[in-house]
Amino acid sequence: MKRQPWVNTSLTALTYIVAFAMFFPILWMIITSFKTEAAAFAFPPQIIFEPTLDNWRIALFDSNFLEHLINTLIITLASTLVAFGFGIPAAYALAYYQTKRSDLTLMWLISTRMLPPVGVIVPLFIIFRDLGLRDTHTGMIIIYAAMNLPLVVWMMRSFFLDVPYEILEACRIDGTTLLQEFRLIVIPLALPGLFATGLLCLIFAWNEFFFAFNLTVTKAAPVSVYISSFKTAEGLFWAKMSAGATASVLPVVIAGWIAQRQLVQGLTMGAVK
Amino acid sequence: MAQAIALQPTGQYDDALFSVRRLLPVPAIIFMAIVTQVPLIVTLGYSLERWNLLRPARRKYLGLDNYPDVLSDPDFFTIIANTLIITISVVAVTLVLGTLLALLLNRDFPGKGLVRTMLITPFLIMPTVSAVLWKNVLFNPAFGLLAALAAMLGLPRPDMLQDFPMFSVVVVIVWQWTPFMMLILLAGLQSLAQDQIEACQIDGGGPLVLFRYIVLPHLQRYIELAVLMEILFILSVFGVIFVLTSGGPGIQTTNLSYGIYQEAFQRWDIGEASAMGVFAIILANIVVLVFVRVLRRGQAEGVAV
Repeated sequence: MKRQPWVNTSLTALTYIVAFAMFFPILWMIITSFKTEAAAFAFPPQIIFEPTLDNWRIALFDSNFLEHLINTLIITLASTLVAFGFGIPAAYALAYYQTKRSDLTLMWLISTRMLPPVGVIVPLFIIFRDLGLRDTHTGMIIIYAAMNLPLVVWMMRSFFLDVPYEILEACRIDGTTLLQEFRLIVIPLALPGLFATGLLCLIFAWNEFFFAFNLTVTKAAPVSVYISSFKTAEGLFWAKMSAGATASVLPVVIAGWIAQRQLVQGLTMGAVK
Repeated sequence: MAQAIALQPTGQYDDALFSVRRLLPVPAIIFMAIVTQVPLIVTLGYSLERWNLLRPARRKYLGLDNYPDVLSDPDFFTIIANTLIITISVVAVTLVLGTLLALLLNRDFPGKGLVRTMLITPFLIMPTVSAVLWKNVLFNPAFGLLAALAAMLGLPRPDMLQDFPMFSVVVVIVWQWTPFMMLILLAGLQSLAQDQIEACQIDGGGPLVLFRYIVLPHLQRYIELAVLMEILFILSVFGVIFVLTSGGPGIQTTNLSYGIYQEAFQRWDIGEASAMGVFAIILANIVVLVFVRVLRRGQAEGVAV
């Protein structure tokens, strides 16, 4: 678009300002994590200060942070694997072996992702209590796998549809088995999709709070629950809180930065490419 | 779509093999049915019972009595109203901000990648971290940045969460969700054909005409999709409210998710919490029905998937 140069320059300046304003709270959190506790809640807030790593050391190693981080890691990774295990064969069949019910299955799967969690939390709580799944990794893995499975099916199906079907047809005429077809053709060709889908599953499971808060106590509580205990910090441990908070979002933020394009696809269940 | 249909068995492949492969979705369907549909039915069942976990001996079948109880509670209407206020205001504000940001980002300028990266970060951060961050570092009436800003300007230090609780909750959720809207609308803008824009300009259309008659119609599907997705997520917001205000002061910021949480896990009233849960499901289902229709239309038009 042909515009006056000054219009373009000022629009760019505006963009920088808005981006900085949106990012500022996060930047401030990172800065605060390197302050001493006294400097963290000094008033007025200090911009120039002597940086220290003490809070990071205390927040990471002299607290329960690592235990919860390990819980988050176990639950996110395992639930993503389970969602893949169930979801990829389903996506594959829904892409290539359509029946009259395929469309309905797909719509039903997407509708389960849209159930409000509060609509199922009460029975889940009771069932988990009775089966001894409350506050266990297994329980949370089941929940997050179910949360991410529709995403896996929808995204992987749209990636599978991009695999040229002539290759599959040729395979089938050559008499390859299902497993060979999968291992040698489909998975390698859909690998970028697999990577993107996995990243999104990790992000969703990592950040989830509602189920984690209601279905865990301490043993299996992930980092999102641990961080929420700082809700009454009242200026007491801002620096340590900031260090812990920064550490707990870092993996997902980096993953999201890498997978910006896939993020859009995943959030819209592949409806926008 | 057409490709997939072409793979229907034509007698050339082994039909038995084909049917084995068609069964591949079954494990996923069974798993999802057990984890999502069973609790759904159980919720309906519990909603017909008087059952308080603190007095389990008094558990008794009530029929539909919980429903009039819930509906005659004036708090329930406040809760529904809060849910709608939060959802509608967040969606409206993020739509405007997201559109503006998407338009700003849909240009060439130095540092574009970095700017987009900075802008999407609030969306990647877990809701509890955002809420803890805003509550302490920004909103704290004694030491927060807003208080500092007010003091600098010689104004009284505001106690945001006490004096403007709903506004504060909306601000934090808007901060989190604006990047979502921006990302999807940016994807929409980038799929707009350049020749359409040029044709409009050759016809002498100014930026407003261009936006109204070319850009906006093209974005319509993206907007529908993003708005519906966002509604579904915001209807169920929990973490931000739990951390920021605990639904308060009073029940001023209690939404359906938080209200049901309190009913179930603070008052331990399983029956009434379940009846409220049924209302949450109905509310979401209305949105889902619209959503599925939009998705289907997208598939039919070949715009999406």
